[in-house]
Amino acid sequence: MADIALAPEKAKPKLREATSWDQLKHNKNWLGIWFMLPAMAFLVLFLAYPLGLGIWLSFTDTKIGRVGQFIAFENYEWLWDDGIFWLSIFNTLLYTFLASAIKFAIGLYLALLLNENMPFKAMLRAMVLVPFIVPTVLSALAFWWIFDSQFSIISWSLRHLGLISQNINFLGDTTWARVCVIFANIWRGVPFVAITLLAGLQTVSPSLYEAATLDGATRWQNFRYITYPLLTPIIAVVMTFSVLFTFTDFQLIWAMTRGGPVNATHLMATLSYQRAIIAGQLGEGAAISSAMIPFLLAAIMVSWFGLQRRKWQQGESND
Amino acid sequence: MQDFTRRALLQGGTALAATGALTGPALFDFARAWAADSPWKAEPGAKLTVMRWKRFVPAEDEAFNAMVAAFKAATGTEMNVFSESFEDVQPKASVAANTGSGLDLAWGLHTLPQLFPTKALKMNDVADYLGKKYGGWTDAAQKTCMQGNDWLGIPVATVGGYYTYRKSATDKAGFKEFPKDFPGFLEMCKALKANNTPAGMALGHASGDANGWLHGMLWGHGAYTVDKDDKVIINSPETAKALEYVKALSDTFIPGTPSWNDGSNNKAFLAGELYCTLNGISIYIAAKDDPAKKDLAEDTYHALWPVGPIGKPTELQLTVPILAFNFTKYPNAAKAFVAFMLEKENFDKWLTGARGYLTHTLNAYDNSPIWTADPKNAVFREASKRALPASGIGHVGEKAATAIADFIVVDMFANYCTGSKDAKGAMAEAERQLKRIYR
Repeated sequence: MADIALAPEKAKPKLREATSWDQLKHNKNWLGIWFMLPAMAFLVLFLAYPLGLGIWLSFTDTKIGRVGQFIAFENYEWLWDDGIFWLSIFNTLLYTFLASAIKFAIGLYLALLLNENMPFKAMLRAMVLVPFIVPTVLSALAFWWIFDSQFSIISWSLRHLGLISQNINFLGDTTWARVCVIFANIWRGVPFVAITLLAGLQTVSPSLYEAATLDGATRWQNFRYITYPLLTPIIAVVMTFSVLFTFTDFQLIWAMTRGGPVNATHLMATLSYQRAIIAGQLGEGAAISSAMIPFLLAAIMVSWFGLQRRKWQQGESND
Repeated sequence: MQDFTRRALLQGGTALAATGALTGPALFDFARAWAADSPWKAEPGAKLTVMRWKRFVPAEDEAFNAMVAAFKAATGTEMNVFSESFEDVQPKASVAANTGSGLDLAWGLHTLPQLFPTKALKMNDVADYLGKKYGGWTDAAQKTCMQGNDWLGIPVATVGGYYTYRKSATDKAGFKEFPKDFPGFLEMCKALKANNTPAGMALGHASGDANGWLHGMLWGHGAYTVDKDDKVIINSPETAKALEYVKALSDTFIPGTPSWNDGSNNKAFLAGELYCTLNGISIYIAAKDDPAKKDLAEDTYHALWPVGPIGKPTELQLTVPILAFNFTKYPNAAKAFVAFMLEKENFDKWLTGARGYLTHTLNAYDNSPIWTADPKNAVFREASKRALPASGIGHVGEKAATAIADFIVVDMFANYCTGSKDAKGAMAEAERQLKRIYR
């Protein structure tokens, strides 16, 4: 023991200027970078790289299985006066706009209904999710049969009821075909909107309604001045997702119409697939899918900037 | 063949093993004798990886596998065969061609060998050998596989498509014989519609059916997508006539054809709602195999395509060529295998197994038993002889294949027939799309 006490105290290391390495070692941000790195590598490898590759491909004349040459904007120039390409943009916008708007309306309505107290509430809520659980391709195939030109159950029923004399040309008529695919998309998309909005509704404190009711608010006023403002941030998020999903839809269309009749239901995604994979023109297909980016960015921007506004976050009169 | 199928299934073994046991001695003796005389001696220890399209009928696959097994036993070549669905064959072959590995032989559709002229093993000796021995190749098959004087692949067979009709309906419409020209065909379709027994062909994105009959109509009027120098000539008075004709024809169709895919006409025909359409032999086979559809099968007949104003047959039939890559380590084994497949002892059995789905491209097989086994098969014998290559009169190659895959001709007709565009607009759009591909 004494030895230790007597042992000459080690000279304290001299104080020295902290080197930049020392500073780095104790820098929290530096440590942070290391923790972030795996996530970043993941994002770069699986998101940024494919996206960049897609954009690069759109500037080349790559075909499947063959390296292409850089041809600058040639693909885009050809697309610029390609009627089918513009038709596909029109179809995509029409499809996205109509389907999203109706999905929102029905979804909100369903969410409000399901938020009420009623018997078998849990079971009903679970059932609403069914269309969302069924694999898209399966439901698309089911719709394909439902709208078949010869074997449609709808035409069959109406014919047997004596209401029509001939099958309805569901997928063979341009207008009908658009209606059918939009209907199928709505059927599939409503549960997502409804259940997410329902989750939002349940965060609204019941005491707010109680207070409002005591003040003599009607049910409409309850919805307009309490539910709706508190729900806006959720609506923004849900609708952004809904628009993105709808805009990039592929499976439903491909299984039901392959873009027909006469390209009336070709979306940008399906046209891109047809040109890139089926017809082998990877470069051009990449150009079509890259042309989707501005639209998607716009949709994201709307909700991004919207979400930053306090009005959206905290309700109407809270600017 | 039928018997063999059933027993093979009963045994529960793989088709390959069962085949070895069943057709054993005869086939194997032939294979051994053939290997001994063959001009191509498989390299010792050779290994071949073969990609093929996925079969339509099990019996065809079994006959193919039996050949593979016999070839393996006779030459000692290790064979690795796998199938891919129609759409995947070309991309996978492209990747193999590009990377120079993975496959030795690829059996695909249309003009596959033309996509890799620098990667395909020249098959001139095989083509000469088979051509001399079996009465020469059909014109369409030859054009599909040749570049200049070289054979880039061997056109193994053609998948034929022909008019399939209900004789009771056409008789009732007043056509004891299926029309042989376009005006007659139109008259018959009008009469069929009047009797409420309509005809119908796909105007939708049906890669096989719609492309087939519409190219036939276009070419029959003397109109082509491109001329022999690959200059786009779709915008022509002949095309306008073809549009008018097809429009008149489509007005007689059962409703809904613009939404049809390749399976729609099969379903409608087998359900007894459709009375005349263009299809492979599959409709008839399905009816024949279903005891409940005995009457329908008996009433179903096949007819050649009516010939258009240009006065000669202009059918678009699907050729299925095989190619060997020049980076294969065993070129002789590859050539030997291709030649072996097409020898009479194998090919007759194979055609029989395919039940009419496959048509030969070597003239001597006109006498193959399959064509007389059922008189209704006979029409399909003509498939390769009456066809133009998929490119029409233009260069056989990638651009022609792309134009077909992108439904340019189909969309042009559909645009006009459904009233989405006038004739000028429909042609202008097709011209624009073709110029994009043939730039």
